[in-house]
Amino acid sequence: MRMSNIAKQIAPGLALQKVDERIMTLNVGPQHPGSGHMRIIVQIDGDKIVACDPDPGYVHRGEEKMAEYRNYIQNIPHLERPVIHDSCNILYPYCLATEEILHIEVPERAKYVRVIAAELNRCVYTLYWLAIYGIFLGHSTMFMWPTGDRELLIDLLEKMTGARVTHAYFVPGGVRNDLPANFEDVCLRQVDYFEKRIRAYADIFYDNPILISRTRDAGTLSRQDAVRLGTTGSVLRASGVDYDIRKKEPYDCYDSLDFETSVLKSGDAYARSKVPWLDMLESCRIIRDALSKMPQSGSVRVKLKPNPKGDEMTSYKRVESGRGTLGCYVVSDGKPEPYRVKMSVGSFRNLISLPYLLKGEKLGNMPAVYWSLNYWPVEADR
Amino acid sequence: MSTIAPKFKFSEFVKSLIDNIFWIIVIATLVGLPLIMIALFYVDLPVIDGTLVTPFLALTWLSHPEVALPLVKSFMTSDMFRIMAFPGFGFAALMAAGTIFIERKMLAKMQLRVGPFYCGKIEGILQLMGDGLKLISKEIIIPAKADKPLFIAAPLLFVGAAAAFVALIPVAPGWVVADVDVGLLAVFAVIGFFPIITVLSAWSANSKFPFIGGIRALYQMVSFEIPLILSCLGVVILTGTLNLSEIAASQSVVPWIVFMPIGAIVFFICMLAELERIPFDLPEAESEIVAGWLTEFSGMMYGLVQLGSYVKLYAFSALFVLLFLGGWSGPEFWPPLEQELLEDGQTIGPISLQFPGLPLFSQEFFSAVIWFVLKTMGVMFFVLLPRGVFPRIRIDMLLQIGWYKLITLAFVNIFVALGLVYAGVIGPGGMF
Repeated sequence: MRMSNIAKQIAPGLALQKVDERIMTLNVGPQHPGSGHMRIIVQIDGDKIVACDPDPGYVHRGEEKMAEYRNYIQNIPHLERPVIHDSCNILYPYCLATEEILHIEVPERAKYVRVIAAELNRCVYTLYWLAIYGIFLGHSTMFMWPTGDRELLIDLLEKMTGARVTHAYFVPGGVRNDLPANFEDVCLRQVDYFEKRIRAYADIFYDNPILISRTRDAGTLSRQDAVRLGTTGSVLRASGVDYDIRKKEPYDCYDSLDFETSVLKSGDAYARSKVPWLDMLESCRIIRDALSKMPQSGSVRVKLKPNPKGDEMTSYKRVESGRGTLGCYVVSDGKPEPYRVKMSVGSFRNLISLPYLLKGEKLGNMPAVYWSLNYWPVEADR
Repeated sequence: MSTIAPKFKFSEFVKSLIDNIFWIIVIATLVGLPLIMIALFYVDLPVIDGTLVTPFLALTWLSHPEVALPLVKSFMTSDMFRIMAFPGFGFAALMAAGTIFIERKMLAKMQLRVGPFYCGKIEGILQLMGDGLKLISKEIIIPAKADKPLFIAAPLLFVGAAAAFVALIPVAPGWVVADVDVGLLAVFAVIGFFPIITVLSAWSANSKFPFIGGIRALYQMVSFEIPLILSCLGVVILTGTLNLSEIAASQSVVPWIVFMPIGAIVFFICMLAELERIPFDLPEAESEIVAGWLTEFSGMMYGLVQLGSYVKLYAFSALFVLLFLGGWSGPEFWPPLEQELLEDGQTIGPISLQFPGLPLFSQEFFSAVIWFVLKTMGVMFFVLLPRGVFPRIRIDMLLQIGWYKLITLAFVNIFVALGLVYAGVIGPGGMF
């Protein structure tokens, strides 16, 4: 009796419970083609979902605890592991917070290089997410096209950083190395072509009548609910809230760049799937603008002492990642290692809305609504 | 870009063909013939008409066609040949294999990939054989709580039902396994088996995802069979027969798709749903219910279901061709052979060629089969095409399309057919 109570408190879906004979419990995941590294416990009545309990935590790696045993520089390669497709953005708040603790002023050119790398990386992540969204809806062409076009940007990032996915490019005090020669021309050419390619996605995916009829009015999240449930990023902007950290609290050089946030009003799965695509078009604009405004020469990195020690202070910085607001809270106690590193990730905050959205939906809508939350299981578990 | 596919070169193609032929000849002569000789050493051979019949007489027959051709002809007119090889299952399985290859290559081109490429040297043409060998060599796993006899029987029944469907399809005038007077009704009787088999296999697997998939398949097939039958009714009204050969023969001037485009469209959409192709692949929707009613099948059981579903695809495309596209009718490809050439042979320099017993088939037959295959391939292309363009739809949308829109359109089609008959356009005194 006591055990079952404990089980109910820890994971309500795991507890034995007496249910109606009509209701069937499905374990979607973790070994299921439509789940990712997590489990969704779904209870269905015929084709209708009566209850849904997301169960993350299968890929918890203790990144935050690991960060307490390494110094500020050694933390860089492992803190990016939760989202290797968006590794620049997940390191961004850590670097900003560490710079505040170590009192470092970043060179002007490094700020622009960081923004370019972060926007390229956001597109890489969004394409990967979009590819999986396509295959979740049974659209195999939409799986292949973004995975193919992703190579363009990965090539660019490889030229910049030397690695295809795990870049470890941002360091406290700037970026690891300067841009290669002739990078601006190559980048402009690739980004122009890339923009032409992603505009073509509208023809096959976003204007597809079957896709619209399937995702329109599926899992609608109202403006009030979106704010109340604490969602961020594309989920919040799809519900009509104009909230983007790049505009609200500009970091590095975002205040000097010319761009707009993409906001849609309807708040359904269609809007949630379209906002990241609109974001990618804006990213192209940001990259072009940053390339034109970037100082042509100068240092990109402040030399640090080996094993730098910070003051006894705390710092909290946040950026707009591919999945929404990504915050990093660093506590220093004057030692070379941080006392505590805590990340607040958009994935987990968006997942909270899943049980509310899926209740009363058809089982066929489950992948469409689930993946439209812009959720990355590995990042949520950290 | 890591790997870029080399360009197709004709010289490479010919070279690889010659390579393959060379190896076949080498292996056949060095391994095959000695094996046959060793085997024959222990076998008592029959004596017919005073001559010892050995397999090596086949070599003699090659140089004396007047002996061999009647044998071949008599074999070709036998029921065995019809069921196993030509209009029956062998031909259908060949078409199905070709369809799988074309589907994979076509989908790859649409998705900016190369598709199967390395197996078999020529554009991955042996990939299917490799996949088949892999499936055969895999272990067949049967769930512990499954209803074993039903679970094992389901794939076999599926292929059997698909083969029964193929048996009713005429390919050329007189070339059909079972020439039934109520052919169209027989087709629907066979189609009616598929939902039963699906539900049986889903139930016998004793697992949640196959169960949901089976129920979905049942809903989908039952609700789309009604507009499917209704859309064929227009053709039956115009021709006044249920015999598929007669329906095909009645369209020698104008195919019925000209008069009944609505019926053809309804039939095509229902066909996609019956075949569980995207956008109607709900029973196998992998992101929702793993693989639907196929989830628990492994190894060659899965392979058999796949074979059955592609044979079904061929049969449905062929049915569309027979009902709406004029079957095998079409202009002849080349003039028939001259009579004196057949009787006297032809002399080229010192050699004179004789053609006793030829031709095996009439020219009309060749032309009919080629037209039929071309039209069927065309329909198959349009069945495969939506896979690269559309996402999957939802079950409530599917049922709404089936019960409201398609049935209404099918009735519109019936009234178009009735109007054509009453207006005297078709029938006695009409144009056709």
